[in-house]
Amino acid sequence: MFAEHIGKYSEKVKNRIERSVVKKFAEAIGDPNPIYWDEETGKKSRYKNNIAPPTFPKVLDYGVVDGLKLPSKGLIHGEQTFHYERPLFVEEEIYCYSKVEKYYEKKGSNDQLGFLVIKGYGEEPSGEIIFTTTQTIIITETVRKAMIE
Amino acid sequence: MKELIKLQVGDSLEEVQLPPVTRLDLIKYAGASGDYNPIHTIDEEAKKAGLPGIIAHGMWTMGNLAKLFTPYYEEGFIQDYSVRFKRMVFLNDVITLKATLKEKNENQLRFHVQAINQNGQEVVKGEVVFSPY
Repeated sequence: MFAEHIGKYSEKVKNRIERSVVKKFAEAIGDPNPIYWDEETGKKSRYKNNIAPPTFPKVLDYGVVDGLKLPSKGLIHGEQTFHYERPLFVEEEIYCYSKVEKYYEKKGSNDQLGFLVIKGYGEEPSGEIIFTTTQTIIITETVRKAMIE
Repeated sequence: MKELIKLQVGDSLEEVQLPPVTRLDLIKYAGASGDYNPIHTIDEEAKKAGLPGIIAHGMWTMGNLAKLFTPYYEEGFIQDYSVRFKRMVFLNDVITLKATLKEKNENQLRFHVQAINQNGQEVVKGEVVFSPY
């Protein structure tokens, strides 16, 4: 039910890196460094801008992969990665999209576990990549069966 | 504060111990991230999912762990950050954040990073590649 979607992309979605959203996010992870939200600190920095915390892209909208349905309950977040070409700037506008990277199953201790890897992309309007991110979601056999019922 | 590029392989950044995890921490993270999965905020939903109680969002812990590197933003940026979620984090857990330099060359500083609970168990483990300017 997931394997058929491997290689599929979502549409591109415009996202604005809003200062107030970044500030709230930085506070929620206990990292209220002014580089993330204070304009003066940003201007004085080497970036001449505020930057977003490295895990902030998790908040963005990556569009929808046509036909891919995820259960609303019982998902386990197994792994997460971020790769940056440069930091993400506050108030910039970027385009995000996602791709179903892989799906495979492995025998767990009492269940056949499914591993779904979804890759997210963040690009400049010119198409230059700023970051990529991958999340590995573990879907147990019980949860997969409940989806079919 | 010592510059990161002056660290030697085997050196660690100063550890950070977080205050005990509260429900409000997780409600705030849910609001800030848009992840409203109720197993992170509502007891009955966590129990229905077979958990002993609500658990922290993995991304809450991963987000916290990255702050060890925030003070060094003038020196470089985090090029790669990858983690595996090893164990669940529950209310009142006391999490300690650690980073140790594993490898160093001109373009990259490779750190092993960990979040450890009060029982000494790894809850998050991964790697940060810091790219100095």
